[in-house]
Amino acid sequence: MTVSASAPIVIPSIHYLAILPVIILFGASLLLVFLTAMVRTKITQVAATAVTCAASLAVLVVTYFQWRCIDKSGASTTIAHAIVLDGFSVVATGVIAVSLLLATLVAHDWAVRERVQGAEYQILALAASAGAVLMTQANDLIVIFLGLEILSLGLYVLVAFDRHRKTSAEAALKYFLLGGFASAIFIYGAALVYGATGTTNLTTIAYFLASNVVLHPGLLYAGGALLIVGFAFKVAAVPFHLWSPDVYEGAPTPVTGFMASIVKVGAFAAFVRVVISALGTQMETWRPILWALVVLTTVVGASLALLQRNAKRILAYSSINHAGFILLGIWAGTVRGVAGTLFYVITYAPTVVATFAIVTLVGGLGDENHSIDAYRGLARRQPWLGASMAVLLLSQLGAPLTTGFYAKYSVLAAAIDQGGSALALIALLSAAIAAFFYLRWAMTLYADETVEAARVVVPRATGLVVGVGVAMTLVFGVWPGPLATLAQHATLLFNP
Amino acid sequence: MHSSLWLSALLVVPLLGAAGAAFGRSKQGLSYAIAVASAAVEMAIGVVIFLLYNAHVAGAQTFDFATRYVLSAPFGLAYDVALDGISLFMVELTAIVVLLALLGGRDKRREPSFVSWLLILTSFTMGSFVAHDLLEFFIFFELTLVPCYFIIAGWGGREKNKAALKFFIYTFSASAFLLIGILYLGLAHQHQTGGALTFAYGVLSSTSMTHSTAIWLFTAFAIAFAAKAPIWPLHTWSPLTYAEAPTAGSIELSALLAKLGSYGLLRFAVGLFPLALADVRPVMLTLAVIGIIYGSILACVAKDLKRFVAYSSLAQMGFITLGVMSGSKIATVGAVLLMFNHGIITIGFFLIIGFIEQRRGSYQVADLQGLQGPAPVLAGVFTVVMLASIGLPGLSGFVSEYLILIGTFAVHAWWGVVGAFGVVAAAVYLLWAYQRVFQGRAVGANAAIPDASTKERWVLVPIVVLIVVLGVFPRPVLDRISPSVQQLIEHVAPSGVTK
Repeated sequence: MTVSASAPIVIPSIHYLAILPVIILFGASLLLVFLTAMVRTKITQVAATAVTCAASLAVLVVTYFQWRCIDKSGASTTIAHAIVLDGFSVVATGVIAVSLLLATLVAHDWAVRERVQGAEYQILALAASAGAVLMTQANDLIVIFLGLEILSLGLYVLVAFDRHRKTSAEAALKYFLLGGFASAIFIYGAALVYGATGTTNLTTIAYFLASNVVLHPGLLYAGGALLIVGFAFKVAAVPFHLWSPDVYEGAPTPVTGFMASIVKVGAFAAFVRVVISALGTQMETWRPILWALVVLTTVVGASLALLQRNAKRILAYSSINHAGFILLGIWAGTVRGVAGTLFYVITYAPTVVATFAIVTLVGGLGDENHSIDAYRGLARRQPWLGASMAVLLLSQLGAPLTTGFYAKYSVLAAAIDQGGSALALIALLSAAIAAFFYLRWAMTLYADETVEAARVVVPRATGLVVGVGVAMTLVFGVWPGPLATLAQHATLLFNP
Repeated sequence: MHSSLWLSALLVVPLLGAAGAAFGRSKQGLSYAIAVASAAVEMAIGVVIFLLYNAHVAGAQTFDFATRYVLSAPFGLAYDVALDGISLFMVELTAIVVLLALLGGRDKRREPSFVSWLLILTSFTMGSFVAHDLLEFFIFFELTLVPCYFIIAGWGGREKNKAALKFFIYTFSASAFLLIGILYLGLAHQHQTGGALTFAYGVLSSTSMTHSTAIWLFTAFAIAFAAKAPIWPLHTWSPLTYAEAPTAGSIELSALLAKLGSYGLLRFAVGLFPLALADVRPVMLTLAVIGIIYGSILACVAKDLKRFVAYSSLAQMGFITLGVMSGSKIATVGAVLLMFNHGIITIGFFLIIGFIEQRRGSYQVADLQGLQGPAPVLAGVFTVVMLASIGLPGLSGFVSEYLILIGTFAVHAWWGVVGAFGVVAAAVYLLWAYQRVFQGRAVGANAAIPDASTKERWVLVPIVVLIVVLGVFPRPVLDRISPSVQQLIEHVAPSGVTK
């Protein structure tokens, strides 16, 4: 199709409700930029945080209306089928909004403590969240790439945010170089898939592959493999994980928590769409790749964490281990698998934000105090804070009565359902390895030795975040019914 | 059918007690009083359930107090409790253990937390025994690790951290196999029926499966239960953990949590995979017999009393496994009875060891000598418990071991014969230990230890009473166990021998 110069450009119809979350988040980000430029005095942290929280709450309200809309008239696509509005995207968007809200509150107290001036943090966090939301809604490889880049660019700067620490800049550079490389791989993969199928639209790719036999699938396979590598880098799956411990350690701690939650949601949502929606017919081809990724990611993540003494590095490897579990749901490739993946990220995001909130507090002024020894006897000095940390660790370990157990349960069930008992067993045994360092940490919290350590100051907003994280972990750990139903319902409203 | 509220009360009362104890931390001794009171209420509920239990509710297969409430349909998660003659005595044992552990194993360091953990553990253990749904069972089974871990790590001996970690990781890894097995079974059942995902015990027991699937699943289940029990060769965590745990912790672990292993083996591994039994039986019986012999030998050379009980427990668990796996009704009844009896006997051992440790500051055999001179009551109770453990006629251990051996002999003679040597070996290691610790001339610190105080005597009384009563008049217990065992053996009969 050629478009002659005289022909009017047809503007595709836009369903504004579908893109409202992205508009809100971007709008809030731009508003803050505008205010920073126009207002004579520096914008206070309180104002910037208030705008960010208002934006994320607004997104939550919008997701409610989106959900009602989908419930009534089913999943739909808009803007020339590039954006999709389905249950899956709505729930993932909600999770991003909640993560943004919680992470912003933590960052607020951090910014006050570290005397950070200006609204740059909030501006970048809002923009990155908009990118993550775009990834969950993308129905086109190009849109996914757009979302990925918006998300990543915001994060590159956020990681470097702590100008006083060299490690922060080092981490940012590392993340930027490797992330740029991964983006290039991703876009090259998109190009190859376009070459093989003639389109970048996920639905059309799926339709093309379902109705045609690809005689020379080399191009398609190469493209698909590169896309998977791109995603594997973003979610830090082994062997594409090498950046993650350094970046987690170097980034300011609230940024690490923010990253650990929203990047996982955005990247896994897009991952699910690409391999299950678009390349669902090629399942026999990509499954072995994911099989290997799951085994490597779970086992290596858990094992390498054993060697660490730095809280943030431990959590980095722990999140690698979790990424392996989430991949298990994608490996299954069924409704149950997608629902399991969704359930995992819903429950993992608040847990990890709350965990990093405590790490931020313990880190103290200068954000330097991250040795595991900083936690020695914490639960003896401050029982509530220590117990919260213990609950969050037990949840990540996968102990029953916490959401972590059901998260693992849901993806394991999906994998076993598809004949992956051996894979599920390997993953679960890696959780036993991981139990070692979670418990060692919990043991440190309850250590007898009364070390003369300063009391960890718990500001109100961060305290609230920890409380919410722990409450969600325990309440839905005892009664996972609502979240399980939500995840399943959302997946059944999946755009084909 | 009686109301399931009785069983729910068993779960809730200790949790309320734990909450009360945690919040009663301000006043000296208040937490302890609340904890003991809730354990006493628990015991009272246990007695009521014992009296109410009716094995002949129509259509309930000897289960009573049953209810089922689905919590999450997509996950197949349900609150489903029921009680039969087998779980009845596990419930009674749990109630007895917590009460006696609280009374006899009092630990005043950070007492509110200690008693809270103990009560939480009680609730979870009760949950595992009354669970009538595999997923629910697994959740409670796994949950018991958490309070145990904190009890050992918080109040244990010198190597407590190592012991707690080893215990947790060991059992956590083993139960990974169980979870995978349960999920596989539930999903296979769902594929067959096309209905909702469920893990209800009664429903899953009708899942059809191939011979090899049954063997795989049995193996997965058996690994988890063998590590918990412990059954040789998955016992290697137990000596260190029993030795390092505080007295109350050792009691909970060996008297109670070990039974989760053998109970699970009987109820779930044997009950759900009858197809596999013919093939796995020789292996399991052999492991049981090895456990008996190996445990007995190591008990002879154990250097401290806690390890001594750990190894003798390994031998006793071997007997239980022998009965559970034999496929004979008589031996299975004996095994259930021995689970209960061994629990009571072990409380006795660990309480006395705890009392000795309090007085002497050591439970090393080499440090102790001639204690029967200064402490005749302790020595006397130890003798009763020891003779029950050896299997002296007239005491509780005799009935159960006799039933196991005679039942096993009738169907699998050779294992019965080798197992019988275990009884002789038990006499050797127990009497030898008694000689070294209680006989001879007490000198120095050993001569100065006080005998059991009045309060300690009262704690030991119920143990002695139970040992004697169950030895002389086991009828009320056997009458309640038999119908349920009959039911279970009949269900697995095609591949088992009913005698």
